[in-house]
Amino acid sequence: MSSNSSAPMTHGINIDALKKKDSMTSEADEIALTVKDLKLFYGEKQALNGINMTIPKKRVTAFIGPSGCGKSTLLRCFNRMNDLVDGVRIEGQILMHDKDIYHRNVDIASLRRQVGMVFQKPNPFPKSIYENVAYGLRLMGVNDRRTLDDVVEHSLRGSALWDEVKDRLHDSAFGLSGGQQQRLVIARAIAIEPEVLLLDEPASALDPISTLKIEELIYELKSKFTIVIVTHNMQQAARVSDYTAFMYMGDLIELADTDKLFTNPKKKQTEDYITGRYG
Amino acid sequence: MDKTNQPHHISQQFDVELENLRNRVFAMGGLVEEQVKKAVTALSEGNLELAEEVKKGDLQVNSMEIEIDEECTHIIARRQPTASDLRLVMAVIKTITDLERMGDQAEKVARMGIDLAGMERPRNGYMEIESLGIHVQAMISGALDAFVRMDAEAAVQIAKMDLKVDHEYESIMRQNITFMMEDPRSIKRVLDATWAARALERIGDHAKNICEYVIYLVKGKDVRHTTLEQLEKEVTGG
Repeated sequence: MSSNSSAPMTHGINIDALKKKDSMTSEADEIALTVKDLKLFYGEKQALNGINMTIPKKRVTAFIGPSGCGKSTLLRCFNRMNDLVDGVRIEGQILMHDKDIYHRNVDIASLRRQVGMVFQKPNPFPKSIYENVAYGLRLMGVNDRRTLDDVVEHSLRGSALWDEVKDRLHDSAFGLSGGQQQRLVIARAIAIEPEVLLLDEPASALDPISTLKIEELIYELKSKFTIVIVTHNMQQAARVSDYTAFMYMGDLIELADTDKLFTNPKKKQTEDYITGRYG
Repeated sequence: MDKTNQPHHISQQFDVELENLRNRVFAMGGLVEEQVKKAVTALSEGNLELAEEVKKGDLQVNSMEIEIDEECTHIIARRQPTASDLRLVMAVIKTITDLERMGDQAEKVARMGIDLAGMERPRNGYMEIESLGIHVQAMISGALDAFVRMDAEAAVQIAKMDLKVDHEYESIMRQNITFMMEDPRSIKRVLDATWAARALERIGDHAKNICEYVIYLVKGKDVRHTTLEQLEKEVTGG
């Protein structure tokens, strides 16, 4: 707790510091993404009803909520994955470095280099482990062997996979287990050093031990990247995230410090959902 | 947020477990209240049999604490409670610790009762201890009631009673010091009576702690180690 000499103290408790904890995200955190009145329609059906929120830099923000609440849709807005879906219409803004990522001048390929994504099912390319990780760099025109070697090792270390694969870098990626494949995909995503990493149910197809490894990895990755994770597993959100957003039927119901949201949520809808009273 | 009218959990079994937990705390509290009542009566009437009963009863209080504690551990392990459910389990774990300590203090009163039974009795028959006992009993039952009804406002009112109990204890102290100065031969007896009063005063403190847990349970705010004014502000302002 910061010791501000002018703050009122009551029996050793700094009341101002406690109050500050109450606000949605700590003011000390820098902002990576700002969502402004974001609306999304699949044809006639509105999936996001004017979302306003900020995603703090180098923190883990988790989206939770029942199926169909719009959490994956919102996540996919951050790297414009929804552009690929037919009949999608998007209103509002998402600001990154004060620029709207939906502005018509934005180069989508470069946006997706800055905002990487990992999906529920690991999707390695039918290539070697090495080439999977080097893929993004090769696409950017980097072919220098030494640079690639460095980045591949660094990324695989970063995704906690290096020790398991260092002796078989040129074997097919399909020979890896599901959990290893998912960490490979994360290595591929971080190889091009994005600012933001979007994780869409990254552990839901994995066994508990692989899940814990991914969670541990998330914890380590947040020192370098801003992480946004969608998860059905509330305990997982509680374990890995700094902030948690609860969404319901296309609305952002509550965004708060994870400790706060899971011990004393402000909204009744949040309370009912996380205590299993939903339905 | 009205917490007493919450919808059911999807898992009805979980509802049953939490309800059962609440009932067991209430049962343990009821037993402790009874222990205090018996101990005070035993002391004021010099009833040795009743005092022995209190000593035996404390064993039951202790075993209830262990059982409820275990139940809480099971719920945490199996259900991973969150939000108000988590706060309920945390509040229960803390409450039963205070209840167990109250039980110990009641036993202490009973032991003093046994000692005092063999000595000369004052003319008023330890009326002041009886009166203090009635007040702390009211605090116990009030605190338990606030717990069961999840009533933070009531918890504040009960917590405030601790001030009166403290004053009452202080005046007993002053009176007893006077007795001891007047007649040094009474020191042993008056000291024992003072210990008993002290034990009752401590029971009041434990009841106040339970009130604070009720506020935590209902409001999600930790109000331990704050002033009564602060506590009231959190409840009315939050």
